[in-house]
Amino acid sequence: MTHKPQPVDRPFWTPGVLVMLALMIAAGVTLVIRYTYGLAAVTNLSNHYPWGIWIGLDVASGVALAAGGFTTAFLSHILGRRYYEAVTRPALLSAALGYTFVALAVTFDVGRSWAIWKPVFYQNHTSALFEVAMCVMAYVTVLWIEFIPVLAERLGGKIRLLAYLDRILDRTMWVFIILGVVLSCMHQSSLGTLMVIAPTKTSPLWATPLQPLLFLTSAFAVGYPMVVVETTLATSSLRLESEMNVLSPLSRITILLLGVYMALKLGDLISRGAYATLLDGSAQSNSFMVEVGLGVILPWIMLLFPAVRRSRRWLFIAALLIVSGVMLNRFNVFVVSFKAPYATHPYYPAIGEILVTAGAVATIFFLYRLIVTWFPVLSAQPQEVSRDQA
Amino acid sequence: MTITRRGFLGALGIAGAASTLPGNAQAWQSKAPPDPFGCLVDLTRCVGCRKCEQACNEVNELPEPAVKFDDLTVLDAKRRPDQDAFTVINRYYTGRIDDRDKLVPTYVKVQCMHCQDPACVSACITGALTKKENGAVHYDVDKCIGCRYCMAACPFEIPAYEYDRPIWPRVRKCTFCFERISKEGGKPGCASICPVEAITFGKRSELLRLAKNRIESDPGKYVDHVYGEHEVGGTSWLYISGVDFRKVGFQELPDRPMPQTTETIQSALFSYLWSPLALFGVLGAVMGVTSRKHDKEDGHDA
Ligand code: SF4
Ligand code: SF4
Ligand code: SF4
Repeated sequence: MTHKPQPVDRPFWTPGVLVMLALMIAAGVTLVIRYTYGLAAVTNLSNHYPWGIWIGLDVASGVALAAGGFTTAFLSHILGRRYYEAVTRPALLSAALGYTFVALAVTFDVGRSWAIWKPVFYQNHTSALFEVAMCVMAYVTVLWIEFIPVLAERLGGKIRLLAYLDRILDRTMWVFIILGVVLSCMHQSSLGTLMVIAPTKTSPLWATPLQPLLFLTSAFAVGYPMVVVETTLATSSLRLESEMNVLSPLSRITILLLGVYMALKLGDLISRGAYATLLDGSAQSNSFMVEVGLGVILPWIMLLFPAVRRSRRWLFIAALLIVSGVMLNRFNVFVVSFKAPYATHPYYPAIGEILVTAGAVATIFFLYRLIVTWFPVLSAQPQEVSRDQA
Repeated sequence: MTITRRGFLGALGIAGAASTLPGNAQAWQSKAPPDPFGCLVDLTRCVGCRKCEQACNEVNELPEPAVKFDDLTVLDAKRRPDQDAFTVINRYYTGRIDDRDKLVPTYVKVQCMHCQDPACVSACITGALTKKENGAVHYDVDKCIGCRYCMAACPFEIPAYEYDRPIWPRVRKCTFCFERISKEGGKPGCASICPVEAITFGKRSELLRLAKNRIESDPGKYVDHVYGEHEVGGTSWLYISGVDFRKVGFQELPDRPMPQTTETIQSALFSYLWSPLALFGVLGAVMGVTSRKHDKEDGHDA
């Protein structure tokens, strides 16, 4: 790669950005109601269903999808495959944004947002949630520290503190890079431990003590597909060169990583005999089949074909399937799988919950767009005008 | 990004230290108090008068209920304990009939079971929930952040939440009248008011003996099961019944304490932080090797 990361030279205010802004405002209004009248006013949460999509999607899927950050950092900085550096900065940025919003989503979801700092002082070491919370807090910090050089490249001249920090980081960055990978492995797996404490309240399809390992391996597997998805989205919406020369080799590694996850997942299902409930036609078993069939097995087979790995469109589709599969997995574990023994109605997300989730996603896109416009994150070159039409 | 290698030796040192740390897979140990208080509920005695609900409401200073406590029509629908009622009585007809061919109801008091190894306590992120020596599973509102993991974890679906409070919502559940039973001779409100002695308060070990005595001395009247003796590793609240427990709202639960698996995983992975430290060391070593290689190759790398 001879390209250096540079700010994107495209107009910022596009119709897409305006849509994002509208969603952000809707979410903001919902949050005002939430903090005026309580969670009951905007969510369908109840004593039977204490966790809804803010935990199942915003937090659990968010954490998984930010895995592009540590998997690319591992590849290019730790294994030294600097060839892949072109995608580490965007992956770092989306991880930093992703985790920041995971932290925000938790803050909105917990009843006592003002007390969110308390686990730092009142620690319960048997709680998997404590472990997740500490790692995520630490990792958000590490991610933004890792991002300082990018900020300094552009603003170092104006903000002396940034330039100063950047100089210190020159020598200490390796610590943060490794720390980022370690923290990721810790909390990705602990996220999987969370529901293991409730085996009688979750569907046998997902209730396995292997869940931490499955969460960890699926985080490994989803990292590069996530990079493929976000790079393809960014380069096509900003009309940049497609970077297939980096993405195709990444997808070869994914065959191995996704394969390991698939083997563990199917092996676990078979060894526990849980597949017996697969054909009972329930929402749980259908959701499981979509998760594994469309989200794991199909894209894995697709990636086996070199033609898929080389085609921009087909690689994007395969990667999108993997990403959706892991998202659905997290949603399944935390929401679909959950059986409240005494509930009289099932849980469905309320409009308010959906608005906040959509608003959060929009804000992430908005900030991503804003930051790549101002800071040197993306390496891809602008396309020639003549190729715009192609 | 320039990376120096001086620190890697340090990292390797940490990795070495980590690998000598004591074994990771210690057997799980129950933290249950040895001789806690408990309550024995005898479902054959309960007459569904709702006096315990009323007493609970008074001693815990809960809000006025929508329906008066002497109105028994609420028994027509199944209820669950909630943020304003720490205990409720439900009525079941299991098909039993008396001498005059009338269906015999069974009344079931529901509240927190005060598990011996509670899932809620193990799960709580801040330790706001604790199992006390006297048996009570106690909630400290000052530590709670409202994450509701305790609710997701509780196998009995007990903790309730004040979803309509915007600022300081609380987790609410039966307190086992912690303040009262901490005093010499003190009893829970519900146990002390029951007019037919359906609720007996005492040491759990004695209650178990009492329960088994009653079953043994009248095997025709009781099913041979003390609910809570073994369920989820044992609970401080125990039940005996004349009808199959599954027919009157009780779940069939495993004898394993719920936190056993998760606590084993957590301590295997994180005791003394051995695994993160070891991983840090290994990654540091790998990074040291690769960056050295790059320094040599520099020039045709970029
Ligand atoms: S019944 Fe639920 S809330 Fe009560 S101690 Fe057991 S786990 Fe905790
Ligand atoms: S809601 Fe409160 S008591 Fe329950 S687990 Fe969270 S911090 Fe602990
Ligand atoms: S022990 Fe106390 S708090 Fe619990 S149900 Fe009885 S009266 Fe209510």
